[in-house]
Amino acid sequence: MEPQTETPPGSLPGTLLRGLRGFAAYFRGVLGADAYRKYLEHHEACGHSAAPMSERQFWRDRMDRQDSNPQGRCC
Amino acid sequence: MGTQPNARGTESAQSHVLELDPELPPPAVDDAVREAEERRWTPGKIALWVVISLLGAVAWFMVALVRGETVNAIWFVFAAVCTYLIGYRFYSKVIERYLLKPDDRRATPAEYKADGKDYVRTDRNVLFGHHFAAIAGAGPLVGPIIAAQMGYLPGTIWIIIGVVLAGAVQDYLVMFFSMRRGGRSLGQMAREELGVIGGTAALIATLLIMIIIVAILALVVVNALGESPWGVFSVGMTIPIALFMGVYLRFIRPGKVMEVSIIGFVLLMAAIIGGGMVAGTEWGASFFHLDKTTIAWGIIIYGFIAAILPVWLLLAPRDYLSTFMKIGVIVMLAVAIIVVRPEITVPAFSEFAGRDNGPVFSGALFPFLFVTIACGALSGFHALISSGTTPKLVEKERQTRFIGYGGMLMESFVAIMALVAAISIDRGIYFAMNAPLALTGGTVESAAQWVNSLGLANVNITPGVLAQTASDVGEESIISRSGGAPTLAVGLAHIMQQFIGGPGMMAFWYHFAIMFEALFILTAVDAGTRVARFMLQDSIGNFIPKFKEASWRPGAWLCTAVMVGAWGAVLLMGVTDPLGGINTLFPLFGIANQLLAAIALAVCMAIAAKQGSFKFLWIAGAPLAFAAVVTITASFHKIFSPLPAVGYFANNAAFAKALADGKTSFGTAKTEAAMEAVVRNTMVQGVLSVIFVVLSIIVIIAAVVATVKAFRDGGGRNHEDAPRPSRVFAPSGLFPTAAERELAAAWEKVPAAKRFDRPGHH
Repeated sequence: MEPQTETPPGSLPGTLLRGLRGFAAYFRGVLGADAYRKYLEHHEACGHSAAPMSERQFWRDRMDRQDSNPQGRCC
Repeated sequence: MGTQPNARGTESAQSHVLELDPELPPPAVDDAVREAEERRWTPGKIALWVVISLLGAVAWFMVALVRGETVNAIWFVFAAVCTYLIGYRFYSKVIERYLLKPDDRRATPAEYKADGKDYVRTDRNVLFGHHFAAIAGAGPLVGPIIAAQMGYLPGTIWIIIGVVLAGAVQDYLVMFFSMRRGGRSLGQMAREELGVIGGTAALIATLLIMIIIVAILALVVVNALGESPWGVFSVGMTIPIALFMGVYLRFIRPGKVMEVSIIGFVLLMAAIIGGGMVAGTEWGASFFHLDKTTIAWGIIIYGFIAAILPVWLLLAPRDYLSTFMKIGVIVMLAVAIIVVRPEITVPAFSEFAGRDNGPVFSGALFPFLFVTIACGALSGFHALISSGTTPKLVEKERQTRFIGYGGMLMESFVAIMALVAAISIDRGIYFAMNAPLALTGGTVESAAQWVNSLGLANVNITPGVLAQTASDVGEESIISRSGGAPTLAVGLAHIMQQFIGGPGMMAFWYHFAIMFEALFILTAVDAGTRVARFMLQDSIGNFIPKFKEASWRPGAWLCTAVMVGAWGAVLLMGVTDPLGGINTLFPLFGIANQLLAAIALAVCMAIAAKQGSFKFLWIAGAPLAFAAVVTITASFHKIFSPLPAVGYFANNAAFAKALADGKTSFGTAKTEAAMEAVVRNTMVQGVLSVIFVVLSIIVIIAAVVATVKAFRDGGGRNHEDAPRPSRVFAPSGLFPTAAERELAAAWEKVPAAKRFDRPGHH
């Protein structure tokens, strides 16, 4: 969840920018937009021999699995 | 495997079982260190909690006891937030320490079942947002508004106290127990813990309750969109927008979720503004001017198609949009209420608090207030989310307190804000909007006359004010727009225009509010239909195995049709009900939701008993007893009350008798067909009430039997997954403690390659 690039600490625009980046990263996490990155991390950490799915394949697979494995949404 | 008594001292026993990797730093803060940290009261900490307690006490005093002309909305915010903080810091800690006893040395399913897809360790703050977005929807936004008929105080007390002692407890317990069981669903846990009868009753009850909840949520949307060309256009546009987003994500730029959500949001805003323009033209006003029955059929057809379309095309993009709006709207509402601080003129207890024939919902304060406000105080539906989805993503056991208990506190806060928004509008407008058409007569003149005839203190509404309010929000009429959503939209528009845009923006804010409520509800309708369809397929699959195959189209379509047909029938019944659907059906929604809560709490109590935690059984037992008493009393009122306004069968008998006597109009039903509709509707509602309450009583009895048996045996069989040593560490709450920071720093130094097991995947 850390911002990708470092801006000089202490300066006001830098702090603001970091704050915004942090918020955007958080929001992405809540939406689930970082699912592919997490999949790659898992794939690497597990030391699979097969190549990971491409981004396109991953999202297809994710959506198609939801078809048969629905998640509830509350009232 | 026989019984496995699992009494106190579990924690230390487990640490012997778990063989931690000696090369790694410990996966949990040492118990003694954590204990010492928790028990150390520095002067700063004491001062902080004294200030929170005092502020909370003053706020409660202002809200509950001071009887001035008005009370400022900011006191509601302080009373709520201070109570939540105290409940979170002290009560949820009691639950953690004495009942659940989480052990961070144990790996969570997200760790030991990690697959990078469904089981993924997720940062606790992200998961908090994710879980919150899954549990919060339109429920906490409409229930408190309907309950405001009785004045603001009963609802406020129930929302704030109820969540601390019941709602958040349920969510926390269910999440924790499900996490310990590899993310099993509530239904699976019920079957395991309560046996075949209890488990089957729980499954059928869950299915029926989902149908009712989906139907009544859909009814709220229908009531908000009926005769509103602007609303119909802008909400209707969400379908092509979602389709576009789905295609974009599938084919154009896969995985760019944030990007497509922002595009979708911009299109959504354009749809709201465009809706105003379209509704302003003559053809637009006539083309999108639909009556409620047409809209109800539209939603039924839409619901069927949405549930059989692939997820990527409609459901997933709509879900992104809904989550995006949810977080945005709630932050916006909180900021607006704190900045604007509206003065509340509604009395603490209204004239209807002591009566059982209120126009907005019928029935006495006890028990009906407690079922009218379900979401926000205690919502059984959450048990379906807290089991299954979220537990598969939790990183460390101790985080469930923050995510489960804390997430529900957040939803309660949404309910408080909705209540504030609703009671910031004039009471005369409130009753004109929320009473059924049969009472208000439908015109500004008749509605004003009816409201003024109620004899409410300080209420003197003129037809001019009602007409002006309608034109301010860009609607033809606001009379009898029941269901809560339009009232919230007027309240929100009233607050937001003081914050951004001035009176000229009221119409935009009104339709913005209608849009997000409809978005939340339609997402819940889609998802609910799908979940219910799978439950049905699974159940039928026990007899005809073919039905278990999710990819078998005829089975999927048939089960979808059954589910949509069921909620569609209830929806149509509500829309065409001469008595005003919300008035009679909303209590059924609340009863259903809280019976589900009672089922969830009953399962939790049985689990706690089997763990041998008898001394702290009351943590689940007390809210269970309360929910059971409230819902069973409410059901009995609905079934046995001799008052036609309250009892379904009494009403049924009254109308049947009138028909037999050859009358052609009776009460609010002006024709013979309408009277027949009442007879039919009340019978269906009555029978549903009976089925719900019988099933729930079976489940509760099964849980009590399991609890008593566990008590006799000193424990029971433990269905948890076997403990496995954890190889990761993360802090448990929002802010890491000193010890957690120190340990996290030690973990930072471990090379990534060493941290994980390499489970053999196939």
